[in-house]
Amino acid sequence: MNGKQNEVLIQVRGLEKHFKGGEIKALNGVTAEIKRGEVVVVIGPSGSGKSTFLRCLNLLEHPTGGSITFDGVDLTNPKVNIDVHRQKMGMVFQHFNLFPHMTILDNMTLAPMKVLKKNREESERKAMQLLDRVGLAGRAAAYPGQLSGGQKQRIAIVRALCMEPEVMLFDEPTSALDPEMVGEVLEVMRDLAGEGMTMVVVTHEMGFAREVGSRVIFMDGGVIVEENSPAELFGNPSSDRLKSFLAKVL
Amino acid sequence: MEWTEWCEQLLTLAQDGTVLSFWEKLNKDFYQAFVQEARWKMYVEGMGNTLKVAVLALVLGFLLGLVVAAVRTFHDQRREEKTGVFLNILNILCKIYTTVIRGTPMMVQLLIMAFVIFKSSRNLVGIAALSFGINSGAYVAEIIRGGLMSVDTGQMEAGRSLGLNYLQTMWYIIIPQAIKNILPALGNELITLLKETSIVTAIGLRDLTKAAQLVTGKTYGGFMALFGVALIYLAMVMVLTWLVNRLERRLRNSER
Ligand SMILES: Nc1ncnc2c1ncn2[C@@H]1O[C@H](COP(=O)(O)OP(=O)(O)OP(=O)(O)O)[C@@H](O)[C@H]1O
Ligand SMILES: [Mg+2]
Repeated sequence: MNGKQNEVLIQVRGLEKHFKGGEIKALNGVTAEIKRGEVVVVIGPSGSGKSTFLRCLNLLEHPTGGSITFDGVDLTNPKVNIDVHRQKMGMVFQHFNLFPHMTILDNMTLAPMKVLKKNREESERKAMQLLDRVGLAGRAAAYPGQLSGGQKQRIAIVRALCMEPEVMLFDEPTSALDPEMVGEVLEVMRDLAGEGMTMVVVTHEMGFAREVGSRVIFMDGGVIVEENSPAELFGNPSSDRLKSFLAKVL
Repeated sequence: MEWTEWCEQLLTLAQDGTVLSFWEKLNKDFYQAFVQEARWKMYVEGMGNTLKVAVLALVLGFLLGLVVAAVRTFHDQRREEKTGVFLNILNILCKIYTTVIRGTPMMVQLLIMAFVIFKSSRNLVGIAALSFGINSGAYVAEIIRGGLMSVDTGQMEAGRSLGLNYLQTMWYIIIPQAIKNILPALGNELITLLKETSIVTAIGLRDLTKAAQLVTGKTYGGFMALFGVALIYLAMVMVLTWLVNRLERRLRNSER
């Protein structure tokens, strides 16, 4: 997708996130880097801090400690205008979060028009191209409420892509879907990875992690316990916590 | 013989001590309460004042409520370390306002306005509208705040994650969805106001209720005048309720 493969895009150092004045310690010093073109899959038991980690990357959660450098800029610096950097970080949520009062097309063109100041024509052309790619061009005028879960999530993905982000963050994108719809969403994600998109994916889909992931991070108790290539991590887990986790999910 | 003449006759008969039939009495009472000396004009004038107070109060209450809701919502959605002293003070003032207004009787607020703060003013409609507006503002603020909070937090997150700033997300995403809950609630607030304004009789404003009282006084009793205004209130409320329901259905259908 771009010529700067293997350059570090996101550098996370000693990331901490405590809720309720320190009562709940969701992240306890996470250090990780995400290179351009990588697909980093984050796995771990419920409550281990996966979502919090992901949401800290675009500052939907404000870290209580540590730093996040994105494209050379320290996002935790209070002087940074986070809106400018969020444009370059697409996010896909478990519950889609499409805007129910807008058509699919308007969902997709809102941010390009209001944030990137593109004109309607250009924004719509781009949106229609993307809709076509996920086979939903025919639903441009529909409202989110008229779509199935799988369709909604595919729209959510292309809505984020309309902003031409440098990285895509996925928080359990298939967990709220009926089983028969999981495949169509994973396929879109697989295609995206194939095009070289940098992706951070929190998921329980171990098949996807194994097949598409360039690296897998296993989190537990707010820290990264183990980190490796999918083949190594799944085939040769070293920590007991990962072993017992894998025994449960595989 | 004309109906009015007949009623005048009935009136004289009744004064002379003749016992009237139920039907005759009904006609006589109706005549006395609404027609004699063009009394219907008093109800029209009263209804005008009632509507003036209710509508002015709703407009004022809406503006006040909007400001208060904006301050409270903006404050609550900011991160603690970023709020700043000014916003904190505004927020506290807004909280005090809603607490005091919602924690004291409307009647007391009205009397304080009329007999303490504006004791030398004779603009009773103005005083009543102001009192009810200030009172309504506290409730409207909660209606708007509740409407904004009823929108799923994921909507704000989705907007922000696309790079829209706070105000853009509010304007394009949150407010259009919140309005579906807010508008019908505001309609109900107007209905409540319309009925509650009847307590302005306490400061001597000639509203619809006062008209009934005055007529009852002049005609030495009778239920006609009071039943009459009750019916007028009911009719106004039913029209408004119908409008609110229509609006609600319209808004619901727009979300396909
Ligand atoms: N807004 C919040 N306020 C308080 N505590 C929170 C908040 N968000 C997360 N937590 C807590 O932080 C911890 C980590 O939560 P997180 O959602 O990151 O876990 P997760 O790994 O994504 O779990 P799951 O697989 O269930 O989604 C949990 O104990 C959770 O209860
Ligand atoms: Mg989660």
